[in-house]
Amino acid sequence: MSTPLIEMNNIEKHFGPVIALGGVSFDVMEGECHCLLGDNGAGKSTFIKTMSGVHKPTKGTMKVSGKEITFDSPRDAMENGIATVYQDLAMIPLMSVTRNFWMGREPRKSFGPFKWIDFDHANSVTLNEMARMGINLREPEQAVGTLSGGERQTVAIARAVYFGAKVLILDEPTSALGVRQTSNVLATIDRVRKSGIGVIFITHNVRHAMAVGDRFTVLNRGQTHGTAKRGEIKPEELQDLMAGGQELAELEGSLGGTI
Amino acid sequence: MTDERLKQVSTLRRAMIRPELGAICGTILVFVFFFMIAGDSGMFSPEGVQNWGVVSAQFAIIAVGACLLMIAGEFDLSVGSMIGFAGVVIAILSVHMGWPVWLSIIAAFVVCVALGALNGFLVIKTGLPSFIVTLAFLYILRGLTIWLSILTTRQTIIGGVKEAAEGDPLAFLFGGVIFKDLFQWFADLGLLDTFTRGSRAGQPVVEGLPMLMVWALALVIFGHWLLTKTRFGNWIFASGGDAQAARYVGVPVNRVKILMFMFTAFCATVFATCQVMEFGSAAADRGLLKEFEAIICVVIGGALLTGGYGSVIGAALGALIFGVVQQGLFFAGAESSLFRVFLGGILILAVIMNTYIRRMITGER
Repeated sequence: MSTPLIEMNNIEKHFGPVIALGGVSFDVMEGECHCLLGDNGAGKSTFIKTMSGVHKPTKGTMKVSGKEITFDSPRDAMENGIATVYQDLAMIPLMSVTRNFWMGREPRKSFGPFKWIDFDHANSVTLNEMARMGINLREPEQAVGTLSGGERQTVAIARAVYFGAKVLILDEPTSALGVRQTSNVLATIDRVRKSGIGVIFITHNVRHAMAVGDRFTVLNRGQTHGTAKRGEIKPEELQDLMAGGQELAELEGSLGGTI
Repeated sequence: MTDERLKQVSTLRRAMIRPELGAICGTILVFVFFFMIAGDSGMFSPEGVQNWGVVSAQFAIIAVGACLLMIAGEFDLSVGSMIGFAGVVIAILSVHMGWPVWLSIIAAFVVCVALGALNGFLVIKTGLPSFIVTLAFLYILRGLTIWLSILTTRQTIIGGVKEAAEGDPLAFLFGGVIFKDLFQWFADLGLLDTFTRGSRAGQPVVEGLPMLMVWALALVIFGHWLLTKTRFGNWIFASGGDAQAARYVGVPVNRVKILMFMFTAFCATVFATCQVMEFGSAAADRGLLKEFEAIICVVIGGALLTGGYGSVIGAALGALIFGVVQQGLFFAGAESSLFRVFLGGILILAVIMNTYIRRMITGER
């Protein structure tokens, strides 16, 4: 087997007296979708923020393509090909799709000392990349606020892919979406994975995870409860692992298995 | 997969629906109104145009700074005090301490832009709303201005700047008049009225284009270009739209915000310098309430108070509306206190319309 794109070994993160992560190991391969499941407060957010350079781990090592590395900033992680799409901070709704897509990396033209954004290029690339993700924009200057939640996630994903992400971290991309939009985002994840990018899909919805995941890791109270391959585990077992006990199983029984 | 629920947008609609639409309508409304009530009062003669043009240009200069800062998500309430402070600094240095005027002007710019940076630095470092931090500076700077002025000259109005500025190269850049020959030529052709008596007989009633207006135009063009065409402009929108999301993609939000505080201070100093050169004096109470007038221009121009959305052209039109209304009521012979009533009315109308337009553009609900 080849080396993982990113490998986290025994990561610990303490905030003062609170141990948010107590030794988490995780990796993702090329073209793989590795789902990280966990209930609220399990440490998912802390873990992905460590992976994307927002937090520095208290203990443990990180490797990118086999080389040990530490990230000083989110920018650092981005330059190493690790892109994160945050659930609600992915886009600025008041700004146009193009302006959002290129934010922080605007293509420029210059004449003497004057430099300005090359909007023709920026707009056409944005339209193309969005079309590749299956969304036909009316016009690239339309504000992101006019897009649906699923489309916004897709813009953020398309942006990350275009700027050469090797690993794409998706923080609960489907949690606020409707049925139709969710299936669009899941289809996008599948498309991205097939292009050879490693996808880390964070969710607490087992069904969404089962739909696209190749491997599943459950995080509970700051620790991993093992990793399973696709086909090795049933949705009910994942659900139990996430809840960390029998209570949910009983609850599920009384609710008729609809959680 | 085009969404069948989206209607095709007509070119006309796309051209119409823009952030400055409210300000454009307001401008048309105001001009039509004053054509009707004051059309024969000389308001639209060359002197009349110069009269409200200068006032509008003054508002435009500070509105450009306030506009970019507001889009970046911050306020500066110390603009008015900064105007008084900058003027008094120039007057004290040049008249009282005998510095050359050009050096005094440079010194005022350096001090004020540094104060702008301090404003920005405090807002960023403390995380307090800029409303509070700059409100403190509104009082601090006004107090310092009066104190400095009395300490050095025992009065709050310092005259004699005009004499000191005679032949000064930098003073011309703020108080001068350009295109005099062109205006004389217009007068000779009969396009402009001339003085018929006195020492200036034969000269046109409008001497030329005041540098104040040149500054206003230059700042508006620069601000508009910076905001809509450049990378930095995109970062201004991003910083005000959602600072955290902008940081995540590598936008240097703190730097953008501090630079915008410095630019606002720069604009206030341009205003102050032009005013000092025009009047030939500085006074400690100059610039009173200018911060609010700048903010009103910006809001009439379609900017969102919470940042992330707005237009420099809109702010400039807001300044034009402001200037025309203020001077127009005077030409119309109306009670000058009505100015505020009128202005408040326009403010409300413009903001209601702007909110509606913005929702159409951004899909806010």
